[in-house]
Amino acid sequence: MRITCPICGERDRREFYYKGAAVALARPDPDAGPEVWDEYLHLRANPAGETRELWYHEAGCSAWLVVTRNTVTHAVLGAELAASVKGAGA
Amino acid sequence: MRFSGLRVLKEGLFGNKGWTPHWRDPEPNPEYDVVIIGGGGHGLSTAYYLAAEYGLSNVAVLEKGYIGGGNVGRNTTIVRANYFLQGNSEFYSHSMKLWEGLEQELNYNVMFSQRGVINLFHSDGQRDAFARRGNAMINQGDDAILLDREGVRTLVPYLDFDNVRFPVYGGLYHPRGGTARHDAVAWGYARGADQRGVHLIQNCEVTGIDIEGGTVRGVQTSRGAIRAKKVAMVVAGRSGQVAAMAGMRLPVESHVLQAFVTEGLKPVIDHVLSFGMGHFYISQSDKGGLVFGGDIDMYASYAARGNLPIVEHVMEAGMTLMPMIGKARVLRSWGGIMDMTPDGSPYIDKTGIDGLYVNCGWNYGGFKAVPGSGNCFAHLIATDRPHGAATRFRLDRMRTGVGIIDEEGTGAQHNLH
Repeated sequence: MRITCPICGERDRREFYYKGAAVALARPDPDAGPEVWDEYLHLRANPAGETRELWYHEAGCSAWLVVTRNTVTHAVLGAELAASVKGAGA
Repeated sequence: MRFSGLRVLKEGLFGNKGWTPHWRDPEPNPEYDVVIIGGGGHGLSTAYYLAAEYGLSNVAVLEKGYIGGGNVGRNTTIVRANYFLQGNSEFYSHSMKLWEGLEQELNYNVMFSQRGVINLFHSDGQRDAFARRGNAMINQGDDAILLDREGVRTLVPYLDFDNVRFPVYGGLYHPRGGTARHDAVAWGYARGADQRGVHLIQNCEVTGIDIEGGTVRGVQTSRGAIRAKKVAMVVAGRSGQVAAMAGMRLPVESHVLQAFVTEGLKPVIDHVLSFGMGHFYISQSDKGGLVFGGDIDMYASYAARGNLPIVEHVMEAGMTLMPMIGKARVLRSWGGIMDMTPDGSPYIDKTGIDGLYVNCGWNYGGFKAVPGSGNCFAHLIATDRPHGAATRFRLDRMRTGVGIIDEEGTGAQHNLH
């Protein structure tokens, strides 16, 4: 599995640390209540197919990426900088 | 059909023509008292105990593929009760006792072999942790022996004891642990459930769960609608998709775990061994193959196959611990889909929907739990109360933060187990 980092180019999967579903970008308000926080921290759609995830380019440029990937085929479909995804309001 | 030594002898003399199929292949009825979604080890044992202990035989097990084709036939067959934390400790102890009587109970040879599990340690700190774990196991009523280096050498002389980086300091020995023939466990429970009237319906994929006014009414399947008073979801790695049919999201993320087997060799490894300084565990099957595995690939996956970095890590760890296996040729490797939870421990619980029950989140340790899980889940379905050995496997523990069972002590987060 290889991931194309927007900064470093195509790199081996071993350079990256997997964080999980990209829901982590949408951090709720501190007072949003336990249900919302449970949803954010624990509950997952866990899709079989295309998914968006947070990966950290630990052994590279240290950027956080939003990687679009297929969980059934392991195909990596794209990667963007998490900072720009978050900046765009997603 | 009962199995016995006499029967085997007789069949041997007459060309083995008298054996009959182990279970029927029924058409689904329009309605059941209980429908179990998932004909894996846990679903089959649930059906068996519903019939055997609670007299519920109007039960169907719906299996998308075939019996024994999922994780129950894709694991490293290890059975142990060496957990540390309350919740896990009493549950796996219960499951171990069921394993010990399983072959008599099922009249089926599951090749349960209590060859002993040895968890090696390689530092003073790790020795302290294992001593503490061993005491917890003894307090639970199970067995644990803390071996020093020479004690380990007596049992398993072939390790690289003087490895410069990871010398063997000793091991925690769990004599009642061991292995079982995984397929036979599925077949034995399937046969036992079938004999008690349960319908095992293969090639039957559930496509929807019917819920009216907060109460479950039945399921839609690739073989038509089936009504049910109670529906139980036991689908391991596919829990996310099945729960979505009931409008639920679970604290579960599916990952891939790889395992490996070599060509058949003469007997060389008599126990189940685990390396304390790399994720690696190994045993030898009765056919002679070395069966071993390591860590999950650490990304969400439904591929049932993994990637090469973990293959490399597992091989490196194996060669570090026991260089003698270096010339064994790996015959095949495979991957199973693991239902990983944030704290690494499972759920056996009711849902917010009346009559709908869930059993999932077995992470990478579901095989040894098969008897206990089915036994406790059957109790919950039949009585609507949790079994005494599984009261802590609550579905809401992540939300409430009460009773988190984080055996590794790494934190209750999705990517940490």
